[in-house]
Amino acid sequence: MANSDTNDGFVVFDRVQKSYDGENLVVKDLNLSIGRGEFLTMLGPSGSGKTTCLMMLAGFETATHGDILLGGQPINNIPPHKRGIGMVFQNYALFPHMTVGENLSFPLEVRKIAKSDREAKVKRALDMVQMGSFINRRPAQLSGGQQQRIALARALVFEPELVLMDEPLGALDKQLREHMQFEITRLAHDLGITTVYVTHDQTEALTMSDRVAVFDDGRIQQLDPPDVLYEEPKNSFVAQFIGENNTLEGVVKEMRGDVCTVELDGGEIIDAKPVNVAEAGQRTKVSIRPERVEYNKERLQEGAHTLKAEVLEFIYMGDIFRTRLRVAGNEEFVIKTRNAPDQVKLQRGQQIEIGWLPGDCRALDA
Amino acid sequence: MKLKTILMGSAIAGVSSMAFAQDMASDMTLVSWGGAYQASQQKAYVEPYLEMNPDVSITWDESSAEAVAKLRAMNEAGNITWDLVDVVASDAIRLCDEGLAMEIDFNEMLAEGDDGSSAEDDFGDFIVSDCYIPQIVYSTAAAYRPDLLPEGAPAPDSICAFFDTETYPGKRALEQRPINNLEWALLCDGVAKDDIYDVLETEEGQDQAFAKLDTIKDDIVWWSAAAEPPQLLADGEIVMGSSYNGRWFSAIEEQDQPFEMLWDAQVFDLDGWIIPTGLPEDRLARVMDFVRYATDTQRLADQAKYISYGPARASSAPLVGDHAELGIPMGPHMPTAPENSENVFVYNYTWWADYRDDLDSKFQAWLAQ
Amino acid sequence: MSDATQNGPMLAADGRPLKASLRRALRRQKMRALMLIAPLLIFILITFIAPIADMLFRSVENNIVSDTLPRTVEALDDWEYASGETPGEPVFDAMFVDLFIAAERKEHTRLGSRLNYQETGISSLFRQTGRDVEDMAEVYEDQFDALNEIWRDGAFWAELMGDPDWFAEAQGAEDAGPRFRINDEMEDRLPRTAEAYRVFARFTQNEDEDNPASERPWPLVHAMLYADLTDGAAIDAYTGFGAEELTAAKEAVPGFEAPTYREAFLEVDEDWASVEMWGTIKAYSGEFTSGYFLNAVDRELTPHGIETLPSDQSVYLKLFWRTIWMSLTITFMTILLGYPVAYLLANLPMRKSSLLMILVLLPFWTSLLVRTSAWKVLLQQQGVINDILVWAGILSDSGRLVMINNQLGTIIAMTHILLPFMILPLYSVMATIPPSFVRASKSLGATNWTTFWRVYFPQSVPGIGAGSILVFILAIGYYITPALVGGTDGIFISNRIAYHISSSLNWGLAAALGSILLAAVLVLYWAYDRIVGIDNVKLG
Repeated sequence: MANSDTNDGFVVFDRVQKSYDGENLVVKDLNLSIGRGEFLTMLGPSGSGKTTCLMMLAGFETATHGDILLGGQPINNIPPHKRGIGMVFQNYALFPHMTVGENLSFPLEVRKIAKSDREAKVKRALDMVQMGSFINRRPAQLSGGQQQRIALARALVFEPELVLMDEPLGALDKQLREHMQFEITRLAHDLGITTVYVTHDQTEALTMSDRVAVFDDGRIQQLDPPDVLYEEPKNSFVAQFIGENNTLEGVVKEMRGDVCTVELDGGEIIDAKPVNVAEAGQRTKVSIRPERVEYNKERLQEGAHTLKAEVLEFIYMGDIFRTRLRVAGNEEFVIKTRNAPDQVKLQRGQQIEIGWLPGDCRALDA
Repeated sequence: MKLKTILMGSAIAGVSSMAFAQDMASDMTLVSWGGAYQASQQKAYVEPYLEMNPDVSITWDESSAEAVAKLRAMNEAGNITWDLVDVVASDAIRLCDEGLAMEIDFNEMLAEGDDGSSAEDDFGDFIVSDCYIPQIVYSTAAAYRPDLLPEGAPAPDSICAFFDTETYPGKRALEQRPINNLEWALLCDGVAKDDIYDVLETEEGQDQAFAKLDTIKDDIVWWSAAAEPPQLLADGEIVMGSSYNGRWFSAIEEQDQPFEMLWDAQVFDLDGWIIPTGLPEDRLARVMDFVRYATDTQRLADQAKYISYGPARASSAPLVGDHAELGIPMGPHMPTAPENSENVFVYNYTWWADYRDDLDSKFQAWLAQ
Repeated sequence: MSDATQNGPMLAADGRPLKASLRRALRRQKMRALMLIAPLLIFILITFIAPIADMLFRSVENNIVSDTLPRTVEALDDWEYASGETPGEPVFDAMFVDLFIAAERKEHTRLGSRLNYQETGISSLFRQTGRDVEDMAEVYEDQFDALNEIWRDGAFWAELMGDPDWFAEAQGAEDAGPRFRINDEMEDRLPRTAEAYRVFARFTQNEDEDNPASERPWPLVHAMLYADLTDGAAIDAYTGFGAEELTAAKEAVPGFEAPTYREAFLEVDEDWASVEMWGTIKAYSGEFTSGYFLNAVDRELTPHGIETLPSDQSVYLKLFWRTIWMSLTITFMTILLGYPVAYLLANLPMRKSSLLMILVLLPFWTSLLVRTSAWKVLLQQQGVINDILVWAGILSDSGRLVMINNQLGTIIAMTHILLPFMILPLYSVMATIPPSFVRASKSLGATNWTTFWRVYFPQSVPGIGAGSILVFILAIGYYITPALVGGTDGIFISNRIAYHISSSLNWGLAAALGSILLAAVLVLYWAYDRIVGIDNVKLG
């Protein structure tokens, strides 16, 4: 596992900009350093620039400005077929007129590897994804999951140091997707390959990655390991985009070191942890994760805030209860509580009090 | 009393002719070639006829080139939509042989000449088929461009200039069919004009004709539409070519092209009407009424005002006047004019009706060699 | 499960057997489907299948000879071409009757032009003889007239030859009268006269719509009466109507002046003595003939059997080969020129590709003749291209290139005309090839060329297949363009088909040529299927 401390800068984006039409920047001043063996995910909504970054790295798009380095060498002028980067595409891009074996053999043939070596490598790669018996099938005869494995095997068969994956699991159903997420991370770690993974699915990003770069509006909003990203979002976009989140809007009243007082638009006063608010009088969005809110008074921890709330909806989801509340004028306030034996079941219309620790409540930019 | 009888009689005649008129169809479809020729027909007799019969409407169909095949198809389908069809003589013979054209009783059905001669005498030798009413005599004649001839070369005065590539180098355009070309080849190979068809009937004669054509095969541009040779000559692609004399007339007189006519051994051909067999009575009555008018002496003479083709009636010749727009006398431009027809070749329709299939396949084979 | 444990067939909810129920439901669905496609099906049947069937039929159909000359065909059975002698009297007798009837029906010239395709000269022979055959018969009519004027009387003839009941009804009847019936006794006693009279009577009724009871019969009837009487017709025992006149006639006929029909025919035209001519009639007397197909492959069905035409008359095989190889060349040229254009169309941004598409489709919006004429202006020796080359000093004025009125002209003009038919299927196939294949290939390390050749090209092959089939089939059927710019060595077999359809009216030969062309296309299609696989044809 690599992190920013041990980052050796295997892949570096240095002030990279990209524009297609000469008027608008799709990627704005991107700086990113990826360590050898790291699994980095680029996460973001569509149009955020993440795929463009991947394409620039693969060589299918050229950077308008700035440098991309691979292993310390600038690669801006190296054509894609000489970069030696493995790539897995969203639609797998298996060549329909070739068998599975021929598909895998293709990158080896163009590298002029001897036939016996090729066969051995193809077999090894197929075994690696448990598809050894499908060598003579055509892609059209395989299921989506099987094609995905072959695409993976093809991207790995020529032993690249860097593999790019462009939403490779987008077309699979949920169960298969979860299974493949596991497979891919296992393979990446086992083989020690550096992986850049693009997705718009935050669960995928959180479960697979060493680090996640959250993209929006052509910029990286936050680059951190999944747990940091989830628990300490640096701005309201990241807070909203990663996981479920409750937002209460208000104005900062007072800054007191690592605590600030916020007056919500409904008039309630709460304490929060200032993250990117600087001074009193600033508008802010206060973010609280649903699972950090408690309504059972007995469970409320010391020092917790309480607010009045009205139950609008109560959904039984098996392992958890999901309750929608009206809190400080916000009708989309959601809390999640574990289905424990002593847990109270709420009724619609019930007036309750909810509470949380000020440390779980982050005052972010408005 | 007598006057009264006459009046009565004419009144009755008027009534009966009215009744007769009611038995005639009021629509008529004429088939012709389009272009200047159809326009001359339109002006010379269709418009006057419509003026006399305002309730009649006439539709043109420009299908004469495919008339034979279309008539046969119509006949097989049992639905003849044409009333009067303009065709060349060889097609008329074919249509008559196939039973697709109605036989014509000339003296009965057509007007007599205004010199009093019977219709049959007036048309004379131009009656080449029992089913065919000739209108005009046209000819396939040659023309050349004096400015393209080599310096010092004499102006060509014989069709054999086509075969003389030494004196007259360059390409020459001939129609892509055996008719005319084989005759000219033999003529220029020393066969007497009167013996040509006898010679051409034999294998040796045919070989002789093809051998003569062989000597200029590489210099020939073959045409299939008569508009091509004037264009080719104007572009300088050829130095001489054959086409219909009317085409040459319009190129020389109407478009001021620097061409000269070479009338020698021009080949007369006819254009005229056939009436399809199997017309219903009312339509047939209308067609007969129209044809009698459209082929009378004056009408055929009128047609020559618009196009340089000679009227098929002998009695029309003296009435040929000036061109309707250019105002030049048309007489000297007629293929039948004495100074043009010093050496005329008469195309033997019946002979070709027999030999056409055979010689055409030989001609095609020769072309393909 | 109660259903499964039941004995016997499974039942639907209403108690009917489930299978029957299902069949009913499916049948209703099929009927609905059939109803929906019925208009198209009927349209195709009428406009496509029927003409093809008709063409195939015409290429072998030949009943005109046996229909027009039934008696002659029968009489010729006893004659052998190999004998080298002109057929005997009975054949001429039969030909006289057939030709007389055919001339009345105006069918002889038609038969003449049909047989003229095989033997030059028959056309005018039949036309001429058809005109004179009436004279041959009138010899007898005149002599019977001279003997007794009653032989000129239509009513007398009708009473003599017609069934008495018919005659009673027909007398005074309006228009054509009741359908003619022959007098059975006369049929026995004067068989040939009766037959001739019946043909006359039927023709009068059906074609002229006149009443035979009042029409003077054809001279043919008199001629046949003469023949019957001289053959010793059994009229001695005859006592019915006209017995007296018949007896008198029988006594008189030996004194008639009667040239044989053979003499009469030879007098009209000595070609009637030609063994070749008779041999041709015999060779083509069947209801069906292979003659057209033989002609179409430069063979000929002659009285001696099948002969290969001499090289100075054989043209069709050469034209077939030329048509096929030139069409293949044109197809190849359209691939060569169309592929890059289609690639651009599929890969350029929308706006540019729309513009390019308009340019590609532009030829469709100009008339064929205009396009072809434009090529003439460009390609002729005094044309634009030659002028430019001479002006640029690349060619000398005397060395101008011949680019039109030959095969090159046809290939250039037709490649241009057919190019859209290649580009469009190619484009629609290429448009479905995702760009990720190319990227995948490059990411796997393939150069641009390898990517194209091993990844892109194989996937565009179905488009090439579809375009090639389209262009090739269109090309072999083209005739206007080759006729205009092909000169003599650039014309196709279709030009000959068009000629035989519209000029020579030899539709049988045209049909045979067309059938062979159709067969050639099917064979090539089959070969394509075997080599490439027809599944590999995609229009998008």
